[in-house]
Amino acid sequence: MKFRFSRKTLGIPYAVFLLFFVIIPMLVILFYAFTTTETDASGAEHFSFALSNFGKFFSDPTKLSTIVYSLVIALVTTVICLLIAYPVAYILAMSKLKKKFVILMLFVLPMWINFVLRVNALREIFNLLSLSPAFEWLQSANYFKTIFGMVFDFLPFMILPLYTTIMKIDKSLYEASSDLGGNALTTFTRVTLPLSMPGIMSGVTMVFLPSMTNYVVSDMLGNAKVTIIGKFIYDYFCNDWHMGSMVALILLIVVFLSTLLTGGFGSEENVRGANL
Amino acid sequence: MKHQILGKSLKAAFVGLILLLMYAPILLLAIYSFNSVNNIGGWGEFSLVHYEKLFNDPVILNMIGNTVVLALLSALLSTILGTAGALGMYYCKKRVKTAMTVANQIPVINAEIVTALALTITFVSVGIGRSYFTLLIGHMVMCTPFVVLSVIPKLKQMDNSLYEAALDLGASPFKALMKVVLPQIIPGVISGFMLAITLSLDDYIVTVYTRPSGFETISTYVYNATTKGNKHTAATLSSFWALTTIIFVLIVLFVLGSNLLGRKNKEVQK
Repeated sequence: MKFRFSRKTLGIPYAVFLLFFVIIPMLVILFYAFTTTETDASGAEHFSFALSNFGKFFSDPTKLSTIVYSLVIALVTTVICLLIAYPVAYILAMSKLKKKFVILMLFVLPMWINFVLRVNALREIFNLLSLSPAFEWLQSANYFKTIFGMVFDFLPFMILPLYTTIMKIDKSLYEASSDLGGNALTTFTRVTLPLSMPGIMSGVTMVFLPSMTNYVVSDMLGNAKVTIIGKFIYDYFCNDWHMGSMVALILLIVVFLSTLLTGGFGSEENVRGANL
Repeated sequence: MKHQILGKSLKAAFVGLILLLMYAPILLLAIYSFNSVNNIGGWGEFSLVHYEKLFNDPVILNMIGNTVVLALLSALLSTILGTAGALGMYYCKKRVKTAMTVANQIPVINAEIVTALALTITFVSVGIGRSYFTLLIGHMVMCTPFVVLSVIPKLKQMDNSLYEAALDLGASPFKALMKVVLPQIIPGVISGFMLAITLSLDDYIVTVYTRPSGFETISTYVYNATTKGNKHTAATLSSFWALTTIIFVLIVLFVLGSNLLGRKNKEVQK
């Protein structure tokens, strides 16, 4: 049979790639999360089905408290990012400046510096500040430094989707609102805010998830005193894959549910400013 | 009127303050990179000693080379795989298309650490040890979905009858694809490639899980030097100041350059 080229065949390599390196690894995580390894008398290892991983994890109070801390850190980071990013995105989107694109670029530009180097720069500035008596408290303010670092790092991820959605709002809606007697505040709460919800949603997911899992920031700025969920997974990766997979599975379910809720599977909002 | 001016300057002050906070650490490092002291806080004289150290340290040069080669290679492979994948997906049956779109979304929305853990456990379970191959696959899993996501919108914008017209005029499907479809989607392909490079350059987590032992990139090296600073002296740390400054300057030049080029192209088109 002669091979006939068609456009569909172009997708085959990627389909195979997705199957082997995306779908199957997810199933492997599922498998490990629900099994334990047992070594029998002859020294051979075999797997057996067990739910004990979950029990072991959730009955450990230190683990649970770390999860709570990690969630609080992520929540605070996300809220601060939103409180800073929304006004910035709003001011830029509404501004009549011709060069506002340049200002937006300035917010995105640091993203292209390696993020570990950026966190390192922040670490150095904290060290410098804590030399002076007024900022001596910084030396032991590990949680403050971690959250500051995360906001510093993830802020562009929040600004970009917000800016895009606020720009997309039809300007005549504002006029309509003021014609109908709405003042500036009503216009904001009844028109701008509801219409920018998709941007808020995608910004929140893009900040919340890394601030739960990206342990580079908490390790470099928190003096190894701040542990977040991502660090757990890494520690388990070194010694217990079953527990590591279990934690990963929980994260996977959280992400899946939040994506279903926000309808993110079909949207192209979260391309991390690809089409800027 | 007075109100408006006040409001405007308040807005400008707020945006300016946030920008200042974002740039202060980088600018501080840039200033100190030209100073002879090894610890921030001291003040010596103007010197290029940190740059000299940077370019004379074989370990640091090696890890910079590793980072750049890995980023270029994984971005190139991701772009080819992702562009072909996007084309195939777009013209497939609805069911296959949906399945691939969802599978493509998994690495995008997933926490990087989950992707990295799953991939590495899978490799090791089937007896593939960690090597440059697994590292490359790891970076491709991270980058390719973003290439697909930046090509698909261009395919949607394209007029489908162009391809059919090319076939009717006697072009082979492959030729029609290369001569008609590809030029239409090339902006998406390029932005996908750029995004893949930045994702790969920036990555720490996937690299740490999938890399062969002894392989260092900028991210892993700087992380180790700052958190487990036993064998690393202040001298190593201060050469990072020079590295940060160089990267920063390169990025500014790149952005300025591409803006100027873009403006020129627009003028030519007019």
